[in-house]
Amino acid sequence: MAVISYREALNQAMREEMERDANVFVMGEEVGHYNGAYKVTQGLLQRFSERRVVDTPIAEMGFAGVGVGAAMVGLRPIIEFMTWNFSLVAIDQIVNSAAKMFQMSGGQFNIPIVFRGPSGPAVQVGSQHSQALESWYAHVPGLSVVLPSTAYDAKGLLKTAIRDDNPVVFMEGETLYGMTGEVPEAEYLIPFGVGDIKRPGKDVTLVAWSRMVHVCLEAARELAKQGIDAEIVDPRTLRPLDTAIICDSVKKTGRCVIVEVGWPQAGFGAEIAYQVQRQCLDALDAPVERVCSDDVPMPYAKNLEDEVQPQVKDVIAAVRRALYLD
Amino acid sequence: MTLPDSARVEPEQAVPTTVDELAPLYRQMLAIRRMEEAAAKAYSQGKIGGFLHLIIGQEAVCVGSIAALKPDDYVVATYREHGHAYAKGIAARPIMAELYGKKTGLVKGLGGSMHLFDKPTNFLGGHGIVGGHVPLAAGAAFASKYRNDGRVTVCYFGDGAATIGGFAEGLSLSALWKLPIVLICENNQYSMGTPLYRSLAVEDVSLRALAHGMARDRFDGDDVIRVKRRIAEAVDRARVTGEPTLVEIVTYRFRGHSMSDPGLYRTKEEVEEWRRRDPLNRARLRLLEVGMAEAAIEALEADVKAEIEDSVKFAEDSAPADAYTPYVMKGAQ
Repeated sequence: MAVISYREALNQAMREEMERDANVFVMGEEVGHYNGAYKVTQGLLQRFSERRVVDTPIAEMGFAGVGVGAAMVGLRPIIEFMTWNFSLVAIDQIVNSAAKMFQMSGGQFNIPIVFRGPSGPAVQVGSQHSQALESWYAHVPGLSVVLPSTAYDAKGLLKTAIRDDNPVVFMEGETLYGMTGEVPEAEYLIPFGVGDIKRPGKDVTLVAWSRMVHVCLEAARELAKQGIDAEIVDPRTLRPLDTAIICDSVKKTGRCVIVEVGWPQAGFGAEIAYQVQRQCLDALDAPVERVCSDDVPMPYAKNLEDEVQPQVKDVIAAVRRALYLD
Repeated sequence: MTLPDSARVEPEQAVPTTVDELAPLYRQMLAIRRMEEAAAKAYSQGKIGGFLHLIIGQEAVCVGSIAALKPDDYVVATYREHGHAYAKGIAARPIMAELYGKKTGLVKGLGGSMHLFDKPTNFLGGHGIVGGHVPLAAGAAFASKYRNDGRVTVCYFGDGAATIGGFAEGLSLSALWKLPIVLICENNQYSMGTPLYRSLAVEDVSLRALAHGMARDRFDGDDVIRVKRRIAEAVDRARVTGEPTLVEIVTYRFRGHSMSDPGLYRTKEEVEEWRRRDPLNRARLRLLEVGMAEAAIEALEADVKAEIEDSVKFAEDSAPADAYTPYVMKGAQ
């Protein structure tokens, strides 16, 4: 298998789907001539021309809406947000237009659109460019919400997203683009609503997605040295959510720690905690733990930024609490 | 009573027409008015719920402009869209049944008054967020350009939308990408209860086109034939050169913003002044002028009355909306 970057995996997914279906096009700021602010669309303009790789002015609400309108009449847009932070000026189009159109029209107008771009805090880019908005979008019926943590998942899930007949919120890890991983040369798709065990274990279930999977993997290596065998469950899509894979793991381990980079109040981890207690209360040997960012806007200084976000030590501490070790 | 500056754009001047051209447009306008009146009555009887925004007084705008389109052109409208839907070719029965929230409604009782949609006639809604649908319309036009299908998109919005970002961005992208679209501002003088002079520094919305190098037009909306002629120019521009036009049509709604609005922000005299310019009366007088017999007009009117009464009966007799089936998450897998 080839080893490629998460960025390259996304690029391949778009390239392959654009080759496959002439209705697929990419639109966003700097996606064409600049080759993408994060180079995810590198080379697509050269291959597919300005007709299908469309640079936009800075007008997220406008071009997100153009995407939805084009999707209403049968095109399959991939709308790139330079970062998901900027989606907040387009959220009306995502929530009120894209997510609702299929039902609002009595099932006449489905919206086959992918909104994609980097999400989650990067490094020292300040409050307005550092946030995890998946809990916002995961709240909305009519959307799928996808957060791949590896190059393999990124490619397989993006191809599925582009072929999906309904709107998909596809949130890439801003700090994962350079991460490499094995990706098969043969075509594959990863269905939505199917989680993945990123590390098998028997003592505690860690639930995490996007970059937090990697924080959990590092924590699990440390925990192993302490004799604690952590299982890491990556739901990959928050909507639809594979509660079965989470609950099956918890039934095995009896303990559950949910790790997310978002804020704690009304964060997605709270939904998972609800599902776990509802579906496998008898299996729990300890209260469900959550590890989140602090309940504050992101500070700039590196030491403060680290302090605010979930770190390996925070995951270890939560696991030890769940095991009544501390 | 002096009308505001924006009220009379040009001197009254009859546009040449024929009975064959005008009679069907008069019929449509009348059907829309009777449909709106029937809806208002049903609303006051508690048979229609939620919000109900009537277009009474503005009928010439949607009827005249849609008459300038080909059947497969796209129409994108606001939440005051029953008339646009009817003019696009959707029957009164499914429209009325939708207002009643019935199984036989245009969108099965899932949309209601503000969310009429119809794929067969390319009627793309029915949108409830002011200005949010302008980029959607630009998207439909983008798709026509992408596929080179020769279709034109017409997007309607009120003067109230001229102040929100969705309009600004939709306008700017339409101009930048030279999209085959006609953006029609139905300037009915009020964004809900706020008159133009309290919401716009420059009351002529069509001037926004100048900043984008876009063609523009502005005229009175009380003569359905004038509306048809002038919009036909813009539609032709879009179809032939692929270029957009911003058109402002000055009109007036005789009723409140919605059923709950008694319209206390306007004087009786102002409303009466506009009622004297009722596009329906005007079209009826014109029909007589161009040679339609009074008896023939009356027959047409009786036909409309029967059509709308039938639509009400249809809505009342229809079964409630089906047990809920969510139209979400039907993905490719």
